[in-house]
Amino acid sequence: MKPSTMMKPSILKNGSWNPYLVGAGIGILSWLVFLLVDKPLGISTEVSKWGGAVLGLFTGQEAVTAMPYWGKNPPSLGYSFWFTIAVVAGAFASAGLAGTLRKEVVPELWKSRFGPSVTRRAVGAFLGGVLLLFGARLADGCTSGHGISGSLQLAASGWLFFLSVMVTGVITARLLFPHKNINQ
Amino acid sequence: MKLPVDTSAPLGLGLAILFGFVFGFLLDRGRVDRYDVIVNFFRLRDFRVLKIMLSAIVIGGIGVALLVAADLATFHIKPLHLLAIIVGGAIFGIGMVLLGYCPGTGIAAIGTGSIHAAIGLLGMIAGSILYGVTYPWISEHILSIGDLGKATLPSLTGIPAFAWWIIIVIVVGVVFALVSKLKSKTAAKVAGAN
Repeated sequence: MKPSTMMKPSILKNGSWNPYLVGAGIGILSWLVFLLVDKPLGISTEVSKWGGAVLGLFTGQEAVTAMPYWGKNPPSLGYSFWFTIAVVAGAFASAGLAGTLRKEVVPELWKSRFGPSVTRRAVGAFLGGVLLLFGARLADGCTSGHGISGSLQLAASGWLFFLSVMVTGVITARLLFPHKNINQ
Repeated sequence: MKLPVDTSAPLGLGLAILFGFVFGFLLDRGRVDRYDVIVNFFRLRDFRVLKIMLSAIVIGGIGVALLVAADLATFHIKPLHLLAIIVGGAIFGIGMVLLGYCPGTGIAAIGTGSIHAAIGLLGMIAGSILYGVTYPWISEHILSIGDLGKATLPSLTGIPAFAWWIIIVIVVGVVFALVSKLKSKTAAKVAGAN
């Protein structure tokens, strides 16, 4: 056995951990963020700041921060920026250690239903992203901010958001993938 | 050390990177940064998303409640704008199935090599711009409807938080039992069909 493989414990190479343990890990992470930085886990507010920064490329940043929405959420390189960038790094490190890094343009399940067209998948992904963040901003949170951080504080907003997402998500999945035999 | 740490100081930014890294790592190990896992959750075929979210809520929630009781943390309750949350969640649900990720898992997926997640992020940025420019109208006509303030399950029902936790733990236990039964039934059906 090569020293490098001996050094790497198998838990780091196993790319699929028990979901209950992963959930417990995210729960414990929540204790730490509440205790140490007083900032619940969340993602979509930061993405909307990136939206403000992109808009600012066309209008100038002063015009953006003069708008009511970005006036209260001005784009900045603060805590949530570094947190969000580190999410990418953490997933990269995890997939790298597990050997599951791969270039994916059209996922298999989509391909089995909508074919291999890159353009079609790109349009679907882009449109999905538009709806996702518009919805997240309207509701004032996403799966992290409402679904996990809100629900765990027994916030009524978090539980209601969770339910609403489930309803349209299940209906949309039924409409997009009506065939029972698509089993990817 | 004075808590909470100043998040604009170097230590705070270091913690941002540490916490984000751990969150991304866990999302990937839970495999929820994969298109098929998210979509198959909404097709009610793969319950990893539900298992992770509900365990995070139970473990996280009981711990945070104890921290708050010990005066070591404070709650951050988002207001209950009934119409905005129902409509926003509904739009979010459609987007999540179409993209196959939520914002956090999509951003994690970019790190694992998902090109379509990166295209989804461009869409998310466009969606947030759309929201930002329409915000004055939305604020006046939608956010104001059914605004119940920082409502919690205990404040709405009068049932104390510890009783809610007992109810949630029981319900989550039943859901986990049902989900594992459902899964083995589907597996048996598939095996029978073959």
